[in-house]
Amino acid sequence: MPPSRREFLIVAGLTAVGMVCPSLTRILHAKTAVTASGIVTAVDGMTPALRAKRWAMAVVPGKCPSDCRACIDACHLTHNVPDFGNPKDEIQWIGLQPFERIFPGQTYPEMPEASKKRMLPILCNHCDNPPCVRVCPTQATFKRADGIVMMDYHRCIGCRFCMAACPYGARSMNWRDPRPFIRKINDDYPTRTRGVVEKCTFCEERLRKGMLPACVVACEEKALLFGDIDDPRSEIRRLLDKERPIRRRAELGTKPQAYYIL
Amino acid sequence: MLEKALTGNRQYGLWVAALLALAGLGFFFYLRQLDYGLGLTGMSRDVSWGLYVAQFTFLVGIAASAVMLVLPYYLHDYKAFGKITILGEFLAVAAVIMCVTFIFVDLGQPSRVMNVLLHPSPTSILFWDMIVLNGYLLINIVTGWTVLQCDRKGIPPPAWVKPLIYLSIPWAISIHTVTAFIYAGLPGRGFWLTAIMAPRFLASAFASGPALLILFCLVLKRFTGFDAGRKAIGAMATIVTYALATSIFFVLVEIFTVFYSQVPEHVEHYRFLFAGLHGYDTIAHWMTVSALCALAALLLLIYPETRQKDPLLAMACIGVFLSLWIEKGLGLIVTGFVPSPLEKVTRYAPTGPEIAITLGVWAVGFLIITILYKIFISVRRDVDTV
Amino acid sequence: MKLYDRGKIVAGILIFVIAVTFPFWYGTGKSVSPPQLDLDTPAIQQLADKRCVEDTAFMRANHMKLLATWRDDVVRDGKRYYTAKDGRVFEMGLTGSCLKCHSNKDRFCDRCHDYAGVKPNCWNCHIVPGEVK
Repeated sequence: MPPSRREFLIVAGLTAVGMVCPSLTRILHAKTAVTASGIVTAVDGMTPALRAKRWAMAVVPGKCPSDCRACIDACHLTHNVPDFGNPKDEIQWIGLQPFERIFPGQTYPEMPEASKKRMLPILCNHCDNPPCVRVCPTQATFKRADGIVMMDYHRCIGCRFCMAACPYGARSMNWRDPRPFIRKINDDYPTRTRGVVEKCTFCEERLRKGMLPACVVACEEKALLFGDIDDPRSEIRRLLDKERPIRRRAELGTKPQAYYIL
Repeated sequence: MLEKALTGNRQYGLWVAALLALAGLGFFFYLRQLDYGLGLTGMSRDVSWGLYVAQFTFLVGIAASAVMLVLPYYLHDYKAFGKITILGEFLAVAAVIMCVTFIFVDLGQPSRVMNVLLHPSPTSILFWDMIVLNGYLLINIVTGWTVLQCDRKGIPPPAWVKPLIYLSIPWAISIHTVTAFIYAGLPGRGFWLTAIMAPRFLASAFASGPALLILFCLVLKRFTGFDAGRKAIGAMATIVTYALATSIFFVLVEIFTVFYSQVPEHVEHYRFLFAGLHGYDTIAHWMTVSALCALAALLLLIYPETRQKDPLLAMACIGVFLSLWIEKGLGLIVTGFVPSPLEKVTRYAPTGPEIAITLGVWAVGFLIITILYKIFISVRRDVDTV
Repeated sequence: MKLYDRGKIVAGILIFVIAVTFPFWYGTGKSVSPPQLDLDTPAIQQLADKRCVEDTAFMRANHMKLLATWRDDVVRDGKRYYTAKDGRVFEMGLTGSCLKCHSNKDRFCDRCHDYAGVKPNCWNCHIVPGEVK
């Protein structure tokens, strides 16, 4: 009996799917013909990477001169962060905010205006329990073993769930093509493309080459201290043990690793 | 059966043409957005989700509301809904397609969307949302289409349809719960960090969805002569009434918690929502309209007499739909971002292209509903004239 | 089974076959020479041992996979060095390694990519020295 129109269509559809399927499985099982070596810590002529169990940043805002933006300029220059000139599209990896905005719980009406309005550097806290990593549907943002919350700009689909999840306003989205708005290109670091979210990565590309983060190096007053908080002998650990640091919105359980010594 | 959507009277043709034009316009602006970036919208560093995500949130509720027809009919043999469960399932299909499309147009890198499946992330609610939404779409397309086909042939549906329909009942609850979890699990957003988010979503879904269905039934009666039946419409209206009352109650409960405990982090958002902050009170004006519509609709719907009169019922349903669309489609998302984690009040207003794209997606949804309902009506006509 | 609308169906099939085989018959008689890759850059001139990371045949077939592996190794695994098949060690990086020697992207990379109609989007982010400002 000749096939009905429905049967013909079903068989045709299945045939089409069947013809496509092998190529799909081929893509899924494609083995790379390449393997990369393991971690080599030192090669002739190359500086060894900086390593830590747990990277952290200590901020001593008392040392910041007023109107100083050295850390911001260094970071944004090094990493080709664009300047769109408007707050809507703004991208910021490190910035300055008044104390009353960063620590509203510690602000009270009788506090002197100068204290309320004192500018403090803020950046990604590279939390130990980061909500942004939890919500990312592609693991484009992920936590490294050394504590850095990293960004994979190749994988980011630009859904901005991480921006909603971050309690600190540390993340920025590329709402448009950033390239025309980069004042001075640094050839040694890529730009990003429109449609992905970006943020501070504790200069992991510099740590890899044995250098401290750009903001830390740029600060002449040594208001930013970076190191391994897990190492009892590190400078940052000794400083934090001596002082009484506070962290932003610590009660949320994110375990932020940017410590403020006020 | 699809060919039934290709024939129709002049009104049908004009309606479809208008929807296609709107969809085409939306598509044109989407191409511009692909070229320029999402900066073409009104979103900013502080308000990073806007109209698209808000529409998605609202429409998941509409999609879930199919369960309000399916549950009484299939679990409790409520015969009055027998004719119209398919209408609910088809509405779910159109709504879910709209949801998925809104997410898609909101992505900064849409070509990478398959990364969500290539790199599964079980800790991410968005991952689960993709799974449950697409599963729900599949269930409803398959069951709705199969049942309609069997109606057309005058045979009972095959045995596997019923378990699938039973599955759609908890699945419908899950899609809206998962969507609520997108918001309710974020520690930094005090406005959303409340357990009642999922119950609120469900209550407003079961009010706005059936309200829309009632409106569709009234339109179908007016333009095609298909009568869902007094009993079915009446039952749906009752559902809308109770769901609306529950939804209003949930909002009031939230208001109490926030304003009695007076924790600034929570108070500020609600102050913005209902009164405005720092001179930015656009959302507050919308919310006033929403509240008035909700109360007016509730007053109308409480009286059984008004529920029986089509014009009053239609007005009440429009009021319910509008009120909840404003609350979920505008108020909920933007307020989560205002004030920002750094206490800033950043204004958000959708741009022209953003609105055009949004209308385009709504047009696509209405097109799908039109096509599916046209098929339904044609099949019913064939069956009834036999 | 009767073939209804035979005229329309045959005409449709004919149009389809013509359209689908377009790439094959459109180019008959014309010849496009394969791309000539220009290896004449200052960096390459200065190399004593003019070898790439891997040999030419391998790179021609696999440079995309190599770069994809490097991408994940560097970004996701925090690795820095790649050991080639012959034991030489290189720092992984498109701009940082590949383009240091192949600094003439428009006469090297683009030649094959344009010929093959491939548009890799690496260049959206990865900088070609001298190309941007």
